[in-house]
Amino acid sequence: MKKLMLGNEAIARGAFEAGVKVASAYPGTPSTEISENLVQYKEIYCEWAPNEKVATEVAIGASMAGVRSMACMKHVGLNVAADPLYTAGYIGVNGGMVLVVADDPGLYSSQNEQDTRNHARGALVCCIEPSDSQEAKDFTKFAYKISEEYDMPVILRTTTRLAHSQQEVELCDRVEVEDKPYEKNIAKNVMMPANAKRRHVIVEEKLARLAKDGANFEINKMEINDTSIGFVTCGIAYQYVKEAMPNASVLKLGLVNPLPMDLIKEFAKKVDKLVIFEELMPIIEEQVKAAGIDCVGKEMFTVLGEYSANMLKKAFGKAVPAIKQNNLPMRPPILCPGCPHRSVFSVLKKLKIHASGDIGCYTLGAVQPLGVVDSTVCMGASISVLHGIQKAKGDEFTKDWVAVIGDSTFLHTGVNSLMNTVYNKGVGVVMILDNRTTGMTGHQDHAATGKTLQGEETNAVDIPALCRAIGVKRVFEISAFDQKGLEKLLKEELSLRQLSVIVTKAPCALLKGVVFKDKCKEDTEKCKKCGRCLSIGCPALTKCADGTIKIDQSMCNGCGLCQTYCAFDAIKLIKGE
Amino acid sequence: METKNIMIVGVGGQGTLLTSRILGNLIRKYGYDVKLSEVHGMAQRGGSVVTFVRYGDKVYEPIVEEGMADVLIAFERLEAIRYQDFLKDDGVIVLNDVRIDPMPVVIGACEYPKDIVDELKKGHTVYSVNANEEAIKLGNSRVFNLIILGLAAKHLDFKVEDWLSVIEETVPPKTIELNKKAFLLGYEKGE
Repeated sequence: MKKLMLGNEAIARGAFEAGVKVASAYPGTPSTEISENLVQYKEIYCEWAPNEKVATEVAIGASMAGVRSMACMKHVGLNVAADPLYTAGYIGVNGGMVLVVADDPGLYSSQNEQDTRNHARGALVCCIEPSDSQEAKDFTKFAYKISEEYDMPVILRTTTRLAHSQQEVELCDRVEVEDKPYEKNIAKNVMMPANAKRRHVIVEEKLARLAKDGANFEINKMEINDTSIGFVTCGIAYQYVKEAMPNASVLKLGLVNPLPMDLIKEFAKKVDKLVIFEELMPIIEEQVKAAGIDCVGKEMFTVLGEYSANMLKKAFGKAVPAIKQNNLPMRPPILCPGCPHRSVFSVLKKLKIHASGDIGCYTLGAVQPLGVVDSTVCMGASISVLHGIQKAKGDEFTKDWVAVIGDSTFLHTGVNSLMNTVYNKGVGVVMILDNRTTGMTGHQDHAATGKTLQGEETNAVDIPALCRAIGVKRVFEISAFDQKGLEKLLKEELSLRQLSVIVTKAPCALLKGVVFKDKCKEDTEKCKKCGRCLSIGCPALTKCADGTIKIDQSMCNGCGLCQTYCAFDAIKLIKGE
Repeated sequence: METKNIMIVGVGGQGTLLTSRILGNLIRKYGYDVKLSEVHGMAQRGGSVVTFVRYGDKVYEPIVEEGMADVLIAFERLEAIRYQDFLKDDGVIVLNDVRIDPMPVVIGACEYPKDIVDELKKGHTVYSVNANEEAIKLGNSRVFNLIILGLAAKHLDFKVEDWLSVIEETVPPKTIELNKKAFLLGYEKGE
């Protein structure tokens, strides 16, 4: 049977067919749908972990215990999980273990454009890369074979384009894999210096063997056609080669770490000119050059962004239609109508407060007309960056600063930063924007929502109580839409120069079950065309040709924020049934 | 068969994904090789979004590039003009003739371009409908995307009964009748 599947759906299917029993993940675009699809397979225990480090350690534990395990994350998540990964490489596996890591060339939804293959090389683990949905499923299954045969965690690397493209995939049955017995093995599983020293030798031997054997792996494909040019490529870039240069010879590498150099040498001998076509960093190219094989790569192609067939054609001097330059208004992403973050940011804007920001929808607080957020680095950084600023310049400097962080991000890594501020006698105001979900990635549960990935009721972390337990004396909870109350509270807490946590509460406007009954409606007669309501940046509001305001009734969620900004009573809140 | 390329463009949250899923499931029925490519994550929050649909004997890259599109289905005017260079010379535009101001326009940093439809018509055949208005007349503002799809269907090579059966299989059971009605309304507008 065939089914149209996203790359991510196909990976989940591959895990199911491969007999995986335990999977853990933290959501992150473009990897989130893997876990969301694993849920349908009752044979797999799957969960949301508070962060990628935890998810990876859960997978290590499950593998150590003797079953096939998986952890999924986006590329920057692997930085958080790098600590367990680099040592898991030494330990190896018992049951097969696969980390699915999704890169984001073109930065569709990320803070950087890093290349996961660097981590695979650094951590001394195998990395394989599919080029479409069918391969995403097949390679996932193959990854478990490699993992167990070479006693090594395997990274399955994907990219946004692969993860979010659909194609027909042939479905197979699940093959149950017998649990391996757990055997206590201190020399293999306890990584203290004497043991790790011996394991490092073994890892290097295994990698050398894998590189040699890899030349015969079915996941690599050599297509000999016109031999004047031969492309070495991997992942989605292969599709662009086939589209742009259908007659060229191609070596498509499924195994991208370690590289099957014998196979590359064999291919290089068959073609006149060797071209390395890989998105992001010159990982293959540099190793091929170091092996003394003549080739070109980044001399012709960029390290920036996503590749395409037209880009390849252009590099070979073929004519491609150009996009005409235009001065069209951009359409950047914005906070939704009824978003509680808008209400909080409007107060911060009014009080001219700087915000040390974090990762989530509320990063959009940096976009005009709000423009409140000063910095965004990585998950959890808002609190520690503010602490650094305060320690550098003193509390007088940070008297008009706050840190803003979402509930899911706070539990991810923000809580460590808060501990640091308490411990090191930092002062300031930390705002936890609690919208009861992981919003940006499409509404996943987390440790404070009371529900598991598999839909069961569970204990919910009490965020204010957690802050108090860490040692924060001044913890407040307030509705995100209580603008007056929030303004007063912020002024008071900022003036004290102590450490305060303000938890602003209101569910995400898009969260299932959140119903907005009311609508805001303009009264054109009363509108004085001042435009003050537009300063909150709500997409439901537009300015008409005559300068008055119109509220799109299909978009408005009736949060009433615009009404509070109108001094002329020209916006009415119409109560719904 | 030469590969056919369709682009669906709009504003994040308008429901372009449902439209491409219906199209993808339909194309499968005809036995073509098909690839769809979508945008998830941050851009979906009211940003400019693009979905690509490609089908034929064998499809490699999942994206539609400059000068490749046979049909551009635009859920909003400004997005239509933003992506018009992706059309082939003889490519057609199926337009939801509505205006959604992007934030730079709302705050007065830029102006919304005037006379977009006339501009589009200079280079291409344009079939347009104000699907949002039509959907409200049907009693549910959210089914406007099926009206646009119906209008587009008039200019694609699939049988209307196949469209209807795929809609039945793809949309939530409770909304089947309304979605079919919306689709047919758009289809008839194409007459």
